[in-house]
Amino acid sequence: MQFIQSTVGRKILMAVTGAILISFICVHLLGNSSVFLGADGINAYAKHLHDLGPLVWLFRLVMLSVFGIHIIFGILLTLENRAATPGNYAVKKMARANFASETMIVSGLLLLAFVVYHILHFTAHVTNPEISASHLPLDALNRPDVYTMVVLSFQKFVISLIYVAAMVFLFLHVSHGFQSFIQTLGFNNGPSLSPVEKVSKGVALVLLFGYISIPILIIAGIVKI
Amino acid sequence: MNLTLYVWRQKGPKDMGKLEQYEAPNVSPDQSFLEMLDDVNEVLIKTGKDPIAFDHDCREGICGMCSQVINGRPHGGQDRTTVCQLHMRSFKDGDSIYIEPWKAKAFPIVRDLVVDRAAMDTIMNSGGYTSCHTGGVPDANSVMIGKPEADYAMDAAECIGCGACIAGCPNSSAMLFTSNKVAQLAALPQGRIEAKARVKAMTETLKECGFGNCTNHYECQSSCPKGIDVKFIAKLNREYIKSLLP
Repeated sequence: MQFIQSTVGRKILMAVTGAILISFICVHLLGNSSVFLGADGINAYAKHLHDLGPLVWLFRLVMLSVFGIHIIFGILLTLENRAATPGNYAVKKMARANFASETMIVSGLLLLAFVVYHILHFTAHVTNPEISASHLPLDALNRPDVYTMVVLSFQKFVISLIYVAAMVFLFLHVSHGFQSFIQTLGFNNGPSLSPVEKVSKGVALVLLFGYISIPILIIAGIVKI
Repeated sequence: MNLTLYVWRQKGPKDMGKLEQYEAPNVSPDQSFLEMLDDVNEVLIKTGKDPIAFDHDCREGICGMCSQVINGRPHGGQDRTTVCQLHMRSFKDGDSIYIEPWKAKAFPIVRDLVVDRAAMDTIMNSGGYTSCHTGGVPDANSVMIGKPEADYAMDAAECIGCGACIAGCPNSSAMLFTSNKVAQLAALPQGRIEAKARVKAMTETLKECGFGNCTNHYECQSSCPKGIDVKFIAKLNREYIKSLLP
């Protein structure tokens, strides 16, 4: 109990859950890039995941808990910080804090909204059911046709726009979050901070370009059915 | 040079407070910022008005009493410089200068630019010490401390306790201030004995005093007139993690 009440304990919780979430989105990006191998690539990947059965649900449960902890403590910490700061200064200039670090709660909540939409879209097939894998005919090897679902979805400009915008928020969130996790777990000896901050922006950029390449290449007609 | 000042005036802790405009004529570039304010106050006193209340003591940049946010930066934003060591040559004729007190819920405003920083003492009292036997002087070098450890502890101990890190922090967090003492004492054999209890007690008190949480903006380091590194916050985090282990 003392740990989750502590200001440092909560910070460590944010760092550890954040690191797990970053690892997840890295693996998720690797999985998604199987779309570039064509229908055979991503459909086989999707089937392989589905065939794991109860393991999938166990994984989902763990990720949901991790995500939940990250969100709850993120909101709690933000509320506490707001309570600790009285009215604003008439003039305030930041020297080190940046747009990404000051808008973590905003980018975080927007990402939460995006994840809900993303699951409704590609997992639950609630939004745009007409082009979802559960409505489309199975592929030649009798697998759900995830490839066609992805391509048809991202051919819709609005859907692509939502995904690209969300990935910009992910970029902002990770660019502060990654180096923040290193600092919070105590891996900063002073000179290491500046390179770690650069690596953090680098990781965020790789994720940004990796993820948006899918809708952009589909919109551009390079990845097609 | 002639300057226009916008100074935070507040009669007491419960008063609303607002910025008021003052003229500072014939300011010499060789004056310190506080000397310039002294001149403004002399005119105010002569015309029967309330002088601007502000904290100051040594005026040598080492006591940590002066505490003003100048043009949006604690201590004026000059590298490793307290308000008292900030000189008017860093301003230009005709400049407008905004002068505000430290703002944090844990620092109630006493009057104008003077804030009550007792909360920092409360944090210090909760663990910023080592318990030791008094009595005869110990033999020289009876406790050996390596040069790197001594230097590290001294770097952390450079904190003058002015509170600029808290004033600059978007969350009003006192993490850099607290980490300085935790890191300094944890680096020395005398301090290691109580290290686990210290880090827990001091971070708990930090929260109880109403300071915010650290979210790694590093604004504290750039606000610190002694340029203290956020590596000490990383050290505090390591000490906290160590305190959880058996």
